[in-house]
Amino acid sequence: MRAVDAVMECLKAEGVDVVFGLPGGANLPTYDAFVDGGLRHILVRHEAGGGHAAEGYAKATGKVGVAFATSGPGATNLITPICDAMMDSVPVVFITGQVRTELLGTDGFQEADTIGITMPIVKHSFMIQDPLEIPRAIHEAFYVARSGRPGPVLVDIPQDLSRAEIPYEPVADVRLPGYQPTLEGNQKQIRQAAKALVAAQRPVIYAGGGVVNANAAEELVEFATADRFPVTCTLMGLGAFPARRADGEPHPQWLGMLGMHGTRAANYAMDEADLICAVGARFDDRVTGKLSEFAPRAKFIHIDVDPAEISKNIPAHIPIVGDAKHVLAKLLVEYRALSADSARLGPWWEQIEAWREQYPLGYEDSSDNEIKPQYMIQALHEATGGDAIVTSDVGQHQMWAAQYYDFPKPRRWINSGGLGTMGFGLPAAMGAAVGCPDRTVCCIAGDGSVQMNAQELATCAQEKIPIKVFIMNNGYLGMVRQWQELFWDGRYSHVETGDYPDFVKLAEAYGATGMRFEDKSTLVEDMKRAIATDGPVVVDVKVTREENTYPMIPAGQAAREMVG
Amino acid sequence: MIAVGEPATKEPLSLEELQASGNLRSGRKHVLSILVENKSGVLTRIAGLFARRGFNIDTLTVGPTDDDHISRVTLTVDGAIHPIDQVTKQLHKLINVLKIRDLEPADTVARELALFKISADGAQRGELMQITEIFRGKVVDVTKRSVIVEVTGTTEKVEAFESMVRPFGLIEMMRTGEIAIARGRGET
Repeated sequence: MRAVDAVMECLKAEGVDVVFGLPGGANLPTYDAFVDGGLRHILVRHEAGGGHAAEGYAKATGKVGVAFATSGPGATNLITPICDAMMDSVPVVFITGQVRTELLGTDGFQEADTIGITMPIVKHSFMIQDPLEIPRAIHEAFYVARSGRPGPVLVDIPQDLSRAEIPYEPVADVRLPGYQPTLEGNQKQIRQAAKALVAAQRPVIYAGGGVVNANAAEELVEFATADRFPVTCTLMGLGAFPARRADGEPHPQWLGMLGMHGTRAANYAMDEADLICAVGARFDDRVTGKLSEFAPRAKFIHIDVDPAEISKNIPAHIPIVGDAKHVLAKLLVEYRALSADSARLGPWWEQIEAWREQYPLGYEDSSDNEIKPQYMIQALHEATGGDAIVTSDVGQHQMWAAQYYDFPKPRRWINSGGLGTMGFGLPAAMGAAVGCPDRTVCCIAGDGSVQMNAQELATCAQEKIPIKVFIMNNGYLGMVRQWQELFWDGRYSHVETGDYPDFVKLAEAYGATGMRFEDKSTLVEDMKRAIATDGPVVVDVKVTREENTYPMIPAGQAAREMVG
Repeated sequence: MIAVGEPATKEPLSLEELQASGNLRSGRKHVLSILVENKSGVLTRIAGLFARRGFNIDTLTVGPTDDDHISRVTLTVDGAIHPIDQVTKQLHKLINVLKIRDLEPADTVARELALFKISADGAQRGELMQITEIFRGKVVDVTKRSVIVEVTGTTEKVEAFESMVRPFGLIEMMRTGEIAIARGRGET
């Protein structure tokens, strides 16, 4: 069969049910194969939209996302999603077309050195040099993308090779002698960790996106509640531990998110802790602030599937290489066997409760009907019963969504954490909605961010993908404005976006429903109406213009220096 | 105190501050012996990794092994223990990297080959030949005004030879960078 038909068979063999992409010259053969390939293909309007959609799909479903693009500009348009997937460990396979082999290296039309350009931002890549390699390369690409620490894998297929006749045999094995992720965790180290936890007077569990990636939320809850361990999550880990219990009350062991815009309780607890158990988290600078003053009293247990993360930023006292699911399950057994005395944590909880009482997460509500951005998130929580998949762009709205939505489960919060990609939210919502058609999928966008991939509204309209986009519209690039206000003497430089565009008209032009909400008193009901509306909906929510995201650890400072 | 270079500090940064905040560590030399799959682009992946993580490669040699599918990369890096730990861990993440050994200097035989083109007329040639003999070098080319000497040995030996012949007028020097093999029966 043609190599491109083999590509279709490979994808189906990997369990792929949908791909996102855009055709062009170098992948014309591939697109011919889609005609009879029996795979759902969603035509995006910009390759970046397709890449982020594949990420959203992967994050929402836990399966590998797939995005296609042609050579040259098609491939370079994928750079941001590829890098985003690398930073946030998202399993996505990117399949790009390449000019025919005789043109390689000649600056042919739409030629770009895709493999070279993407080398620093992929987990691995395959340059196809022989069409017979295609089935194995695709199978191994999926294997590498999803296993160990997940990440993006690129397969670059020259156009002429994709037209070759090859025998197709499904590939079941992988031949990657240099790639053997360690999942289980060293039993002795795990026992050491359990002993350290039993002895700890002021422990904190610090959980990150690795818990979500390993589908280890249940194990995390079980382990954390085996004693009264305080739990905080990173931006990427939100939902790995429930912010609220089933009855809607705040979970007593949940400290909130930590880091730059985390809660004081979480950051102060890290600061005072004598033992920090990091699970699937990487001590990012947005979490640690000033590294030399981060958690100065603590010893560290660091559980991560990627050995290179352990002791990269903070030296670990008890390193455990393994995935969160395996290690937490074993840690629970070891911990239970030691029958710890829960009472030892009494004074620690008293201290934490005092912080919670003194510094609750909060804001000053408006006295009129103006919508405060924080309230907008709380209203969305109410309108969706706290049960939606929420995607976001990057900026103030992202931090408020992280602070106020109270995610109950993993894979409900989908955002760009590491790379901080504006324009991520809308296409990611599209991908999440395709992957989880029975769930309400909302995108909380910024008026600045949303325009960076607004073209995908056309895709949503055409494919009837019912995402609900709530634009938190303050007419500013809000986070940059906040930093200019706080740290650059209020000298605003190119942060005002004004009233442009008219998002209601824009939505309608794309074939979506447009709405505008400006009244706090009816916001929850209005939001319910928007969510109940069929098809894609874009809501322009006018919020307080110059609200700041607090609390905040100014960049490079220590947790103790939190303001707001 | 705010960390140097965060956007929250609007004070201009002095060049000294920028250097101090960088990862400028110096420690002992490390010789990393790396087995890689013999596939296109592997060397680029390794070199790119070093560049983007801010590690400087001092010398680099690549050559075949007794297995056609596998090549050996030997590289030397200057660094303290910590960055080296990161280097090897990051290298291990490259799918085509099969095995890495950070060779202990005491348990390793390391050699490099160097060619020196030295200006030497009749009067100086004798002394130069003596030095060459002491270093067990070999004269491989002679003209009226120059000599080319081949020296094999550890980096230290090559550098010692260089300092000895530099006063004669060193026209050119070429060095291969070290290859290294573990002492004893076990494989490197």
